[in-house]
Amino acid sequence: MTVSLDDTINRQTHSSLSWLFSRQTFWVFMAVVLACLVLSVMTDTFATQKNLFNVTRNFAFVGIIALGMTVVIVTGGIDLSVGSTLCLAAIICGMTMSAGYPIWVGAGAAIAASLAVGLVNGLLIAYMGMPPFVVTLGMLSIARSLAMVTSNNKMVYQFGPDQDILLWLGGGTTLGIANPVIVLVVLALITGFVFRWTRFGRHIFAIGGNEHAATLTGVPVKRIKVIVYIISALTAGIAGILEVGWLGGVTTNLGQGMELSVIAAVVIGGANLAGGVGTAFGAVVGSALIEVIRNSLILLGISTFWQLAFVGTFIIIAVMFDRIRSLRQQE
Amino acid sequence: MPVLELSGISKHFGAIQALNDVSLELEAGGVVGLMGDNGAGKSTLVKIMAGNFRPSHGTIRIDNREVHFHKPIEARDNGIEVVYQDLALCNNLTAAANVFLGREIRKGFGPISILDYAAMYKRAGELFKELKSETRPRDLVKQMSGGQRQAVAIARTRLSDAKIVLMDEPTAAISVRQVAEVLNLIHRLKDQGIAVVLISHRMPDVFAVCDRLVVLRRGTKVADKRVADSSPEEVTGLITGAIERA
Ligand SMILES: Nc1ncnc2c1ncn2[C@@H]1O[C@H](COP(=O)(O)OP(=O)(O)O)[C@@H](O)[C@H]1O
Ligand SMILES: [Mg+2]
Repeated sequence: MTVSLDDTINRQTHSSLSWLFSRQTFWVFMAVVLACLVLSVMTDTFATQKNLFNVTRNFAFVGIIALGMTVVIVTGGIDLSVGSTLCLAAIICGMTMSAGYPIWVGAGAAIAASLAVGLVNGLLIAYMGMPPFVVTLGMLSIARSLAMVTSNNKMVYQFGPDQDILLWLGGGTTLGIANPVIVLVVLALITGFVFRWTRFGRHIFAIGGNEHAATLTGVPVKRIKVIVYIISALTAGIAGILEVGWLGGVTTNLGQGMELSVIAAVVIGGANLAGGVGTAFGAVVGSALIEVIRNSLILLGISTFWQLAFVGTFIIIAVMFDRIRSLRQQE
Repeated sequence: MPVLELSGISKHFGAIQALNDVSLELEAGGVVGLMGDNGAGKSTLVKIMAGNFRPSHGTIRIDNREVHFHKPIEARDNGIEVVYQDLALCNNLTAAANVFLGREIRKGFGPISILDYAAMYKRAGELFKELKSETRPRDLVKQMSGGQRQAVAIARTRLSDAKIVLMDEPTAAISVRQVAEVLNLIHRLKDQGIAVVLISHRMPDVFAVCDRLVVLRRGTKVADKRVADSSPEEVTGLITGAIERA
């Protein structure tokens, strides 16, 4: 009796291969790889170093914010304000630097502004019990409006004494890799580590799985909720600074509609909008897929007007995948 | 000497009087069945002991010392553990993660401390074995049977050195076979000298595992007696009000 009980308790349920095949992220990853292979064969423009460089750099911005968004979505929340926060951070960074301040002041001010946005979102959601959708929708308007007020809605394209550093940060490379891509990789590794190995990571999954249970077992739910919105805004701020450096100029329509690409990337990468499911790798892979689709349409000479239709289809397929899996589990 | 003593506990929510002057004593190794109709105040009483609500009137004493709980964690620190009506489990996490939720074991690496998976799997496995439940620490709770889910919720109460375990309708939504498992788990707790409060609507369960019966009707305690001195008919009468008091 004791022996068989021991056996039962210690038995492994899944082989690692069947686990892998049950992951949506794995299939999306395969889709990206397949698309890249097909494009390499069908066009002689895809697998060029220049194009690959552009593709990776282009999805880095969405990817960085997708990491922060994943943290929020895992708790069962949503942050619609990231595109506006990115714009606000970019404008503040640009304005501060064009006023003659060094880059660390400009970037510091941009980060401080995005942290403030996240803090307000988080406090209203966690302590006032307001729905994340509504709070961050309001913040989407407010942050963009603040960006317009700050810049008087003018383009900022001169960045003072540290202009070169800023342009290098967003547009330059290190060891042949675009700097935003390096930032993305580092942040993805940190996010992955936090998800798997820290108590904070464990708690955000618990909140997304069953918030009531998390509260009853003593998880500091409110504090964690504030922190996740701060993290999401922080990633938007970082992406904003990098994007100004890449573009070499910033207007107040930067990042418009970006929240939708970011959420699409996260969902395609395997996170569940109901909360409790999501990975850092998925956020990166989801962002990559969207950019590869866009790039392939351009290279194959198909109108880029089709891009949104493809992204939309992938979102629906991703959710369908999830649905089918949970139906199968019920049987 | 009672491990927990409630005296003159009342609780109102606005105009609703959920509990009215309820007193109750729990003994080590004793299982008390708490019965009553829907809305009689059973969950409210448990939540007061668990630190979810503060009583409007009355005192709580543990080992003869008066205590005031502001948060569930304070009750837990005083040796009171709860198995909630809905079990308070996260389906997306493993059994071990649920057992340790809010009390994760960590190991330090310089300035950061990381989750100690090995230690938590091991300890969770030991607890399931102690409870004689075929539950695997690494399995996701969403794939588990009702009985295994109960074992996870109950294993959680065994993490600390709890003296009192409160169970709110643990057998409400599970199959007959699983009910037997839960009743076995309650026997295990009793053997270890833990005071158990079991809320249940199921008369046979209460008569199978409880030593004492407490009946609430509209917030008032109408009976507190040994199970051996009562009968299902009497309890039904007390719950419905056909019998005024016993
Ligand atoms: N948080 C609350 N706010 C207001 N009224 C409550 C609350 N919790 C319980 N009540 C009321 O208190 C009474 C007792 O409820 P409860 O303790 O849940 O009963 P039981 O568990 O015996 O079915 C009911 O009338 C219920 O509506
Ligand atoms: Mg109840």
